[in-house]
Amino acid sequence: MQAQLIANDIACRRGDRLLFKGLTLACEAGDAVHVAGANGVGKSSLLRILAGLLRPFAGKVETSGAIGLVDERLALDPNQPLGKALGFWEQLDSVDQPGRVYGLLQIEALLDVPVRFLSTGQKKRAALARLLNSSSPIWLLDEPLNGLDTEAQRTVETLVAEHCEGGGIAVVASHQQISLPGNRTVSIGYFS
Amino acid sequence: MRVFLSLLRRDLGLLMPGGSGGSGVLPLLFFLAVAMLYPFAVGPDAALLARTGGGVIWVAALLAAILPLERLVTGDLEAGVFDQLHVRGVSEELVMVVRLIAHWLAFAPLLLVATLPAAALLGLSGETTGTVLLGLLAGTPGLAAVGLAVGALTASLRGGAALAGLMVIPLAVPILIFGAGALSRPDSSGILLTAAISLALCALAPLAAAAALKAARES
Repeated sequence: MQAQLIANDIACRRGDRLLFKGLTLACEAGDAVHVAGANGVGKSSLLRILAGLLRPFAGKVETSGAIGLVDERLALDPNQPLGKALGFWEQLDSVDQPGRVYGLLQIEALLDVPVRFLSTGQKKRAALARLLNSSSPIWLLDEPLNGLDTEAQRTVETLVAEHCEGGGIAVVASHQQISLPGNRTVSIGYFS
Repeated sequence: MRVFLSLLRRDLGLLMPGGSGGSGVLPLLFFLAVAMLYPFAVGPDAALLARTGGGVIWVAALLAAILPLERLVTGDLEAGVFDQLHVRGVSEELVMVVRLIAHWLAFAPLLLVATLPAAALLGLSGETTGTVLLGLLAGTPGLAAVGLAVGALTASLRGGAALAGLMVIPLAVPILIFGAGALSRPDSSGILLTAAISLALCALAPLAAAAALKAARES
């Protein structure tokens, strides 16, 4: 089954404010989209709508394929060592060999460190490791470059490129420059 | 089934005494402290203690069941664990059923064990102690269920923990009435009614808690 993500004419309202409306996005296998826009225009909300975590105020989202989400919330138990905290999700995702990904994102040395002691960038690496291990075809990345050093930022770009080459979809919300295959950008502005 | 077991193992690891996310043995110590303080407060009248001790144990158990509620749902909600489970297609209802089981296992068996020293401190007869134990066995699943539903409802609120305590008390009154009421009846009808209330609450609470999680996501 080919991965697919179609958002048709969606609008998003948070509280009393209409963040954006009339946003249409169609992604086939291999597509990458950069969602750009100033702080607070609704990039994260858009990703949560695409992930099915938030109901769109109007419009419809259709996806086929499992979704992998990386947002600002880590979902790893802060008091557990990183390896154990990641282990729960690996068990859930039926991952056989989680180790390869650890090497790729350079978190092998951190597996014994409790999650609460990790730096922002290290936490982001851990979240990306979980995403890679889940092998979901649709990636929704909310500010994946935050806190990462230059080298790790390049790694993320490479990972996204490889993911799309393998028939995956990536929607990346970021206020930073990120080079994605295809250079497709959707800008959200107020009432876009 | 694999998902169920993974979730259960994680929840037990968090909530059991010695786990990283629960309140450890604190509810237990609180429960014993109440049983210990009561004779100091009312005096060493053995007959009075034996007559009222069962009810005191029930009240102590109810209050001890409130203590673990603060972190029962809040931590995972803030950390985004439920979101990550949702995108993996794990239903909130299943997550809450597992949380209910883990929550009960984390506080009730220890509470039942602690009932024995508490009963000894209050000078309860063997027969009364047996009735209290059976009643608590029947009633604690209901207390856990009420606690879970209220914990999930108040998880996204500021000062939710204090509110949770207040909300649990009226909802737990039926369990208390029949559970403690069994002490003054010759037959076991009170315990059976307590068990019936517990069953109904255990069936409803995960649904209510799951609805609360979904509502918290939209807010």
